[in-house]
Amino acid sequence: MSGGRADPLVQVDGLSVAFRYAGGILMAVRDASIAVTPGETFGIVGESGSGKSTLLRAIAGLVRPAGGRIAIAGETVGPRRSRAQRRALQFVFQDPYGSLHPRQTVDRALREPLAIHALPDADRRIVEAMADVDLAPAFRFRYPHQLSGGQRQRVAIARALILEPKILLLDEPTSALDVSVQAEVLNLLARIRAARSLTGILVSHDLGVVAHLCRRIAVMRHGAVLEILDVEALRRGEVVHPYTRGLIAASRGYRRRREDNGAGWIK
Amino acid sequence: MTDVPLLNVQDLSVAFTAEGATTRAVDGLSFTLGRERLGIVGESGSGKSTTGRAILGLVPRPGVVTARRLRFAGEDLLGLSRRQWTRYRGRRIAMITQDPKFSLNPVMSVEAQVTEAYRLHHGGGARAARRRALDMLDAVAIADPDKVARLYPHQLSGGMAQRVMIAAMLIAEPDLLIADEAVSALDVTVQNEVLGVLDRLVAERGMGLIFISHNLTAVASFCDRVLVMYGGRVMEDCDAGSLQAARHPYTRALLAAAPDLDHPRQTLSVVARDPAWLA
Repeated sequence: MSGGRADPLVQVDGLSVAFRYAGGILMAVRDASIAVTPGETFGIVGESGSGKSTLLRAIAGLVRPAGGRIAIAGETVGPRRSRAQRRALQFVFQDPYGSLHPRQTVDRALREPLAIHALPDADRRIVEAMADVDLAPAFRFRYPHQLSGGQRQRVAIARALILEPKILLLDEPTSALDVSVQAEVLNLLARIRAARSLTGILVSHDLGVVAHLCRRIAVMRHGAVLEILDVEALRRGEVVHPYTRGLIAASRGYRRRREDNGAGWIK
Repeated sequence: MTDVPLLNVQDLSVAFTAEGATTRAVDGLSFTLGRERLGIVGESGSGKSTTGRAILGLVPRPGVVTARRLRFAGEDLLGLSRRQWTRYRGRRIAMITQDPKFSLNPVMSVEAQVTEAYRLHHGGGARAARRRALDMLDAVAIADPDKVARLYPHQLSGGMAQRVMIAAMLIAEPDLLIADEAVSALDVTVQNEVLGVLDRLVAERGMGLIFISHNLTAVASFCDRVLVMYGGRVMEDCDAGSLQAARHPYTRALLAAAPDLDHPRQTLSVVARDPAWLA
């Protein structure tokens, strides 16, 4: 419903990604197709090994597809991209501990992308980027180990936003955070999205997180997109695939079984 | 038997002193545990993991553990010597931690690790131990125990490795199991399978379980009773089923901060912390 009207900003058609390993070939993504309209935050959920992160990395140009097509704003892109193409699309990773250089200050982490893309007024942009993610100016010359997990993730988000991208790719951006910090980061992402009419793709194993930020959600399993759902349909349980139904039930918590199917397995 | 609780903890504190300043990771914690599922929830730094370690006598130096009472099945755990601890640790009180790759020995096969745990605590022949190990792997929902028994940790997925570790911990048939974020790294569907295994141990064998987790949904749906910890203290002690109706502002704030599939909100509540909670 929300798709279809506007031309998609990100279009993925029949994408496959294969990884070769000693024992053969693993198809991490199989014939996946999604279309993300401008201003939308599109969600991808799935369990480990479903291919959700690999699909996101392929869109970012970080892994080479084995087949299919990726188009950004109507322009087909491959793994080798121009500087402008790379700038248009920024990535926030799951682990703020791993994605920031331990011996670089916040200032340097934010300055580097500006230098790479030769943007002027670095100081002004750094101050603004920190304000955008509610980081106090006092943090500017601190190192990652002097920051909390939530503050580090704010730095990672600021680093992505400082290039004024069209598209923000978020790979489990709150999975490493406490629930109270997660709430702050999700609120921040919602606010930034509204302020900048940013287009996003959010990958998470957490249905609650994805449903909070996204109106349309792709469910992935074994590398394939099983179905694409409207969030209201997801909430009502109007899903096509039994796997999706199981995933929704599992995310609502543990259900004690009445019958005892394992009697006598332990004395 | 019934009137002596499995575990009786009164006024447990764990203090760390560094550069003259003392931090109380756990501060005056009291609870009793029967043959039930007790959840301990809290955020990082709440003291929930340190509580689990203190019960097992595993707080590293320079941490200092004190308690008015720390009794397991009526026996005093405080002041046990290293040698005396071997009668309890692993055999009667076991612990499962979050990271199976860290806890499994990378150069031992699955079978060797699970049977070692059995023979260490129960003795017996190699053949009996092997049979028991395969039964145990089957019990933790590993599809092909014969095959998995021959694998090494690097050949296992995270979910399988976690289940192997649970099998190795449970084969000694402990009376008390401390599960510290034991299923947090697993996919939700696998999580619920592993919770099913723990559930049956409590229901059938009368094992006591301390389930330490940051996940309110898992704790509310799985446990009988919940302690909510913050800053080393218990903020609230309630029935797991009535966690949604919790009264303490911290518990309420945690519940409101989590995105809920069934109750969408525009903005998530941010947790405002009141210094009075720790006064």
